[in-house]
Amino acid sequence: MSRRSDEAGLWLSFSSGGMLAALLFPAIAFLFWIGPALGWTPSPAYDHLVGLVRHPLVRVLLFALISLSMFHWAHRFRYTLYDGLQLYHLNHLIAVVTYGLATVLSLVAGFVVVTV
Amino acid sequence: MNPDYRLYHPKWHRRRIPIFWWLGKRSYIRFIARELTSVFVAYCAVLLLLQTWMLGRGEAAYARFSEWLASPPLVGFHLLTLLAVVFHTVTWLGLAPTALVISVRGRRVPSRAVLLAHYAAWAVASGVVAWALLGGS
Repeated sequence: MSRRSDEAGLWLSFSSGGMLAALLFPAIAFLFWIGPALGWTPSPAYDHLVGLVRHPLVRVLLFALISLSMFHWAHRFRYTLYDGLQLYHLNHLIAVVTYGLATVLSLVAGFVVVTV
Repeated sequence: MNPDYRLYHPKWHRRRIPIFWWLGKRSYIRFIARELTSVFVAYCAVLLLLQTWMLGRGEAAYARFSEWLASPPLVGFHLLTLLAVVFHTVTWLGLAPTALVISVRGRRVPSRAVLLAHYAAWAVASGVVAWALLGGS
């Protein structure tokens, strides 16, 4: 699972996911999940949002953001388990579970952004 | 370090390290907290996916989803999530000058400038998100 050759691609998706998440999630979290619930910001209208997620560029961006964020998590969380909890003996199991989950969610995200 | 790389190491004596070694020092706790922001990043990704899916299921389903989003315990958790992703952003952008060494005409661009450029990108990206989400309201 973790031959040197895989490592570069995994690291690339880790870092691009980290960057996309860093630039976009604070604003999304505030304007989607906090502001409207507390009445601080207006709630985006349903028709407007549907129009937005059906825009080709937004579909691509949504997929990239969701998928790469999951791979960012997979890579970082995997090493946190090694270094933090020292689960060295579970190396392969952890790699399969984390990257596997990221892959499955990417497939679901691909389906959702295409069919929404 | 990837444990696979250790396979061919000589078996030197290693001191056993307790599992919670990182609780001993503030900078270690900060390091683990930074790494654990990835869990909140994944949560944001899953929630955004769920929200997109609900959008496709019609206005009534989306209204129910929005109502669920407004429940106080969830809003409390989302405040914690916001704090975590902002911590992710600040630490992530803070690494940029170390990761990116840019030279212009043979002279290295000062790390302050690289950092400021990344913060500017964050401001622009947040502005675009706000414009896209609230443009129709």
